Amino acid sequence: MSAAQGAAPTEAPHEPVFAGKPRERLEALFPKYPTKQACLLPALWIVQEERGWISPAAMAEVATVLGLTPAYVRGVVTFYTMYHTHPVGRHFIQVCTTSPCHLCGSDDVVKALLKETGCGELGTTSADGRFTVIEVECLGACGFATPILVDNDFIESVTPERVPGILAGYR
Amino acid sequence: MGYPHPPHAKESVVLSKHFGDAGARTYAGWVERGGYEGLKKALGMTPDALIEEVKASGLRGRGGAGFPTGLKWSFMPKNDGKPHYLCCNADESEPGTFKDREIMRWTPHALIEGCAVACHAIGAETCYIYIRGEFTEPYKIMEAAVADAYKNGAVGANAMGSGKRIDIVLHRGAGAYICGEETALMNSIEGKRGNPRIKPPFPAAAGLFGMPTTINNVETLAAVPHILMRGAAWYKGLCLSNPKSTGTKLWSVCGHVMKPGNFEVTMGFPMKDLIYELAGGMRPGRTLKAVIPGGSSVPLMNREEAESALCDYEGVVEKGSMLGSAGFIVMDDSADIVYEVYRLAKFYAHESCAQCTQCREGTAWTTKILERMLHGQGKPEDLDLLLDLSDNMTGKTICVLSDSCAAPIVSGIKKFRGEFDAYLARAKGPAVAV
Ligand SMILES: Cc1cc2nc3c(=O)[nH]c(=O)nc-3n(C[C@H](O)[C@H](O)[C@H](O)COP(=O)(O)O)c2cc1C
Ligand code: FES
Repeated sequence: MSAAQGAAPTEAPHEPVFAGKPRERLEALFPKYPTKQACLLPALWIVQEERGWISPAAMAEVATVLGLTPAYVRGVVTFYTMYHTHPVGRHFIQVCTTSPCHLCGSDDVVKALLKETGCGELGTTSADGRFTVIEVECLGACGFATPILVDNDFIESVTPERVPGILAGYR
Repeated sequence: MGYPHPPHAKESVVLSKHFGDAGARTYAGWVERGGYEGLKKALGMTPDALIEEVKASGLRGRGGAGFPTGLKWSFMPKNDGKPHYLCCNADESEPGTFKDREIMRWTPHALIEGCAVACHAIGAETCYIYIRGEFTEPYKIMEAAVADAYKNGAVGANAMGSGKRIDIVLHRGAGAYICGEETALMNSIEGKRGNPRIKPPFPAAAGLFGMPTTINNVETLAAVPHILMRGAAWYKGLCLSNPKSTGTKLWSVCGHVMKPGNFEVTMGFPMKDLIYELAGGMRPGRTLKAVIPGGSSVPLMNREEAESALCDYEGVVEKGSMLGSAGFIVMDDSADIVYEVYRLAKFYAHESCAQCTQCREGTAWTTKILERMLHGQGKPEDLDLLLDLSDNMTGKTICVLSDSCAAPIVSGIKKFRGEFDAYLARAKGPAVAV
């Protein structure tokens, strides 16, 4: 599932990501790899952690920092489904619906998530901007169906009944 | 968290011995449990002797292909003056498979130790552990364990005081099943799109950063220290059937069973016992319909095949499928085979890197055809069309993702044709005039 739809990307001038702490984090990575290019995925993670999504301007900044072109960086960003190329809700929910989870009732978990978050539809953000829900492929926890990821929290064995309680923890 | 179940009497716990025991996660805790002795021993051996020992154990890759591990290591060039690399494949994204995750969550030092041993064997100073982006918790646990291992000098500039440099670097993926394919994984570490590379050259000749590289699965590497400590003969002796399949193996069992989970049994263990005893069998009133035993990328087995198969590389092939990553997707009589096959095709269509036409188009079109069958719009010729497409998707692409999509389709049609025919019989023709 590619990045979820959100509000249109804002046009505000780009505040560089790689200053201060994020810069230090990135530079600490350089000695671990023989090329700077190899730091691209980690650099993109830093951008997403700092800004919530990866804007075209941020891609250009990453390109400059690592000696790549913006087009190249964009090509890499769009290959990987976890990088957001649009802003998403405050809490980003990924729910697995691949066969093993489907066999164990993931469809009902999806329904409960869409209803309780108010998203209504997969890939959309709730009107209050609180949640985005997307469907994803196997999360590698099929024995604990249905797993969901809420931001960085991996939650196992989710049932429709558990959904309201889980969401209450994310304001 | 959902672990552990107490080991079943029929399990042979080696890798999973400390699952559920959070004390094993620290360096000190791991040493207390006998950890890092295997690495100490390995660093006192020559790389050649190490490779011979692993060869003699019969250990085969646990990532999917079952390639003999010692032999793979022996392909690495000697004294070539180039940097060598080890990649540890912790991308675990194969539907039905969730064993590497448990190894990293509970016994992170077992993996670090295995990686360090393999580095010594292949003459590498750096090991990159590629962990799928969604594994947030295992990543954190591994991160803490790596820092702990550095702090205690188990790895780093002078690993275990041996004078050897062994660096362990964690690399986080970002959502792409294909990055589990070995050369796609290397591209991904290099900061590229995760497109598999054409082989040859094989990784041992030109892999990560163009240098000689070995890649192994998490479970493969975690088994290595045990082999060193207890001996190749002990490991080889762990075998209930075919001598080409040795050791213990973690089997992930999911889907329609009462007690899904990971179960560690000796190679050659009866599949029937694994499903009905260890995994608790079917839900009340339900009967077994099908098992996909290798993660989702292998042919479906019907009930007779599954109940008579032995769990090892050869045993599963004998009953019409493949071991793959040993993740069992179990379906009872309530499962809709056509839907599940469709859902898997959709998975492969979503995950195709789209380099090869047969895969990009084949996964997309098989998904669409199966979808229209499900919606009552199938055509009589659809099954032949699916088989024809599947044929074009098999053995014709850079990697086997495309073959993996075809396997459940072809076997599904062959073994459960009645279910496909029933959808076609109910078909009402296209919803809109064409
Ligand atoms: C599409 C595809 C996905 C794969 N995914 C994984 C994976 O997630 N984990 C893994 O260990 N091997 C995976 N493999 C197999 C690897 O390419 C490789 O064979 C394996 O990591 C080698 O390690 P081993 O010899 O220890 O098994 C995948 C292969 C293909 C073609
Ligand atoms: S299929 Fe849902 S976690 Fe694997």
